[in-house]
Amino acid sequence: MSPKKDTSKSFFKALPKNIFSGFVVSLVALPLGLGLAMASEAPPIAGIIAAVVGGIVVSILGGSHITITGPGNGLVGVLLVAITTLGLEGAYAAIICSGVLLMILGLLRMGALADFFPSSAIQGMLAAIGLIILGKQFHIMLANKLTFDNSFDYLLAIPETISGIFNYENMGLLYAAFAGIISLTIMILHSKVRNKYFQLIPAPMWLVLLSIGFSYYYELVLKMPNPIAPAYMLSGIPTAGEIVSQIPTPNFSSFFGMPFWTSVIAITLVSSIESLLSIKAVDQLDPQKRRSNVNRDLKALGLATVGSGFLGGLNVVTVIARSSVNANNGGTNRSANFSHAVFLVIFIVLFSTQLTRIPLPALMAILVYTGYKLASPKLVRKIFSVGKEQLLIFFTTLFVTLFVDIITGIVAGVLVTLLIHAFINKGVSFFLKNILKPNVLMYHEDNAKGNYYISVKHFCTFLNYFRLKQKLQAIPETEDVVLDFSLCHFVDHTVMENLHGYQEVFLKRGGHFELIGLDLHDTKSEHPFALRRLIPGLGLLTKNLTKRQGTLKEIAAKYNMHYEAESAQNAHFLDSFKYFSIKHIDYVYNRLFNTENTFKMFDVDYSEGEFIAKENVHTTMLHMKLDEEIPAFTLDREGFLERVYAFAGFKDIPIANHTDFSKRFYLLGENEKEIQAFFHDDLVRFFESNPYYHVESNGTALLVFDKERIAGVKEIKALYDFGRRLREVILQREIAVV
Amino acid sequence: MEQQKFKTVGIGVTFSPNLKANLYESARLTLMYGCKLILIHIGDPSEEKEAKFKEILAPFQSQGLTFEVVFNTGEPVNAILQTVAAKNIDLLILGALKREKFLKYYIGSIARKITRKAPCSVLLLINPSIERVPCKHVVVNGLEHEKTKEAIAAAFFVAHALKSDKITIVEEIKQQEVAIAINDDKSLRKATLKKEKLRRREDSRIRKLLDAIPEIQQKNISVNMQPIFGKRGYSIGHYALVARADLLVMNAPEKTGFWDRIFPHDIEYILSELPTDLLIIQ
Repeated sequence: MSPKKDTSKSFFKALPKNIFSGFVVSLVALPLGLGLAMASEAPPIAGIIAAVVGGIVVSILGGSHITITGPGNGLVGVLLVAITTLGLEGAYAAIICSGVLLMILGLLRMGALADFFPSSAIQGMLAAIGLIILGKQFHIMLANKLTFDNSFDYLLAIPETISGIFNYENMGLLYAAFAGIISLTIMILHSKVRNKYFQLIPAPMWLVLLSIGFSYYYELVLKMPNPIAPAYMLSGIPTAGEIVSQIPTPNFSSFFGMPFWTSVIAITLVSSIESLLSIKAVDQLDPQKRRSNVNRDLKALGLATVGSGFLGGLNVVTVIARSSVNANNGGTNRSANFSHAVFLVIFIVLFSTQLTRIPLPALMAILVYTGYKLASPKLVRKIFSVGKEQLLIFFTTLFVTLFVDIITGIVAGVLVTLLIHAFINKGVSFFLKNILKPNVLMYHEDNAKGNYYISVKHFCTFLNYFRLKQKLQAIPETEDVVLDFSLCHFVDHTVMENLHGYQEVFLKRGGHFELIGLDLHDTKSEHPFALRRLIPGLGLLTKNLTKRQGTLKEIAAKYNMHYEAESAQNAHFLDSFKYFSIKHIDYVYNRLFNTENTFKMFDVDYSEGEFIAKENVHTTMLHMKLDEEIPAFTLDREGFLERVYAFAGFKDIPIANHTDFSKRFYLLGENEKEIQAFFHDDLVRFFESNPYYHVESNGTALLVFDKERIAGVKEIKALYDFGRRLREVILQREIAVV
Repeated sequence: MEQQKFKTVGIGVTFSPNLKANLYESARLTLMYGCKLILIHIGDPSEEKEAKFKEILAPFQSQGLTFEVVFNTGEPVNAILQTVAAKNIDLLILGALKREKFLKYYIGSIARKITRKAPCSVLLLINPSIERVPCKHVVVNGLEHEKTKEAIAAAFFVAHALKSDKITIVEEIKQQEVAIAINDDKSLRKATLKKEKLRRREDSRIRKLLDAIPEIQQKNISVNMQPIFGKRGYSIGHYALVARADLLVMNAPEKTGFWDRIFPHDIEYILSELPTDLLIIQ
């Protein structure tokens, strides 16, 4: 636990950084908000209203730290149903009621609600929502507006739409389809290009900028009308004044009907699940490792939804992609969410007429990409690797959601899960007998280590996971925990997955979380879920070494080092580096290391961001353990971006008498004095006269790498040489000091 | 001896496969406590039966065991309870099966019925054996209750008599006492501090109780205290199982009715899934 800090002081210190981050987030939120609202067949501005109201209300009253709130992609499906059955005004009434329900959930402390659903069923539901979004918007993206009753028909019509492009007679439609295809390409490729300047603007904003630029090019340079068919241009963006004067009146006339309440419950269910899952995921991205007050957030989200509904906006939920963009851009507190709302207001006030220059297919490309990410084949493969029965749960939920509706879908998912559990355990009496028992024992062991010990009896599945979670919540993440399943006969996949999440959190925050007692289940093979859960990264690498791996092996022999191609189970030596604080390390492989394991080079796969803002990166790095303690710092080349960052409150530490060094390098760290003392003349000269590398110290070890990609053999040799000489310079200095 | 807790030990015997093991266990205990053993058999008296008991207990008689066989007829539960009262038995040993079937729980087996009604202390043996299994670890409850003093004293008496090495006093603290909902870092910190405070309060309370235990009984026994935040009655049973205790000593229940069995608490939890041998102190 960290000591109490002077909150107001640190708040103002972090404010510029958060405003900057809020700005970047608003660049994503603007096109997404418009697109999500249109996908639900609400007026496009409704999405922006939800983001603005959500940003303001939740940032003031909420209980989480770096989350961003606004219209959610999961809600597209249910809102679409609500709007088509109840009409727009009726749907606003339903949104308001769901906001009230959400507040009640928060008041009743039902933040654990999302834990009561099997995770594969939730995945199936989200995938179904993804397919609904993808199916419907795909046609608009290719300038072929269709209307079907069933969301499945949209999916079936996709091949037809694709072949239809080649038969367009109308050039306007062809241009529109091109805009869609190019936009989708940008969405897909954006994360693959590791260029700082390109990445500074998020992919959705590139689409907006390019399409507005395109439109102006025709208008001002070619003096021609925009070639894209006017029907496929964004329309109906009111000016700020119109928004205020045209606030719709919610229509509560269907308040006592069944369809109204089905919609309200579906909306509430999805929005609470989406928010809770997002909050859980975003908490892992928080560089300051705080814990969100989930129930307080639910109350704030509910209130924001009520407000948004009255003002003609959609539901407000916590959204994962935008939150991860916030984390990546240095957001540290709720002011980022607030400023994202303010920037959206500024955009609408200043540029609302410019927005009509955006072609619809460009916006829909964002949604198609979102939908694809929700239902990607990768996800199916992942679930399959956990177990075939999970796939059954997943597909049951998915298809029932597609063909019937979301509530029936999730209920079906829960039922199938229960059936599978009963089948595996040969009966239900085992569950009935023990479900009410307080089966979790936790105590603080009175030994030297003082760790927490948790023992679970009988069974542990999504049905009674909340008991275990309650106990886990009560443990500070900096402590050591041993969780013993040896008295527990059955653990399901939902629990294992959640525990895996806890394990990550504990490791990141300096604690330790160990699962024991599952070996027995393994041998009895009573444990299909856990069994497969516990072997991550299998099948990643084959025995056949690539040419590069062969060369690495030779290099290892030449430098007297060891080489291992397999992915290492333990990548946690990287956790303490600032660079990885908001990144998720997948695995470390192709390792070259010396016998003492103090000098190692490796390829590392990691990802930053979540969902559509997720980027997978592969990089080659060098890790050197030092014998002495040195100050923690980060050193990188000074560039344009760093000046932007500096503007936003990051501080470059100057080194006296080396203005050239300070100009060329960007030096960051907590303890300015110690760092200045550490960078003595020899070290500065070393950095000045050698190629640029990103060098980071965590106090006891150095991390060195060049580009955010896998290094070639020659680059690895250069990295090796640089590292060795850097180590010598640092050690010399240590000797001089002693 | 002033600390003599038990003077007369009773055991209900039937001719089950466990008979020999049950008799051996109780005979050994009787010798260790230095008291008298009474065998209670529900059924018609016969020479043959008595001879059989004598034959089994013969090895102990040479070590100075005194015992008596009492025959009684009628409904087993009442008959045994009658004998207990008539013979002034202050410790009744019963053999228990480790788990009961789901439905039986509501009806209750004979052993459990007796446990609920017995006016004396009851020892439930889950795993009687002919060979002596040393009792190394005794777990006793440290609830804030007037009977706790008695239970702890008995635990020390038994541990001393059986030459156990370790006594753990488990203080079960109700979750409600913490009374702080953990939402975020701040409330977590608060709750952790509050728990620490409760833990210290409980520790000092137990230490006071320990002062009353005679020095001689505390010798050679390491005493641990383990506060647990959890459901009263259930968590101590779970703990005894996890800590591999050989004997669990508990206060006798206040009163138990039909509802207590449907919504179990305290001792009912442990009776529903006996973790170890259980000594209930009246």
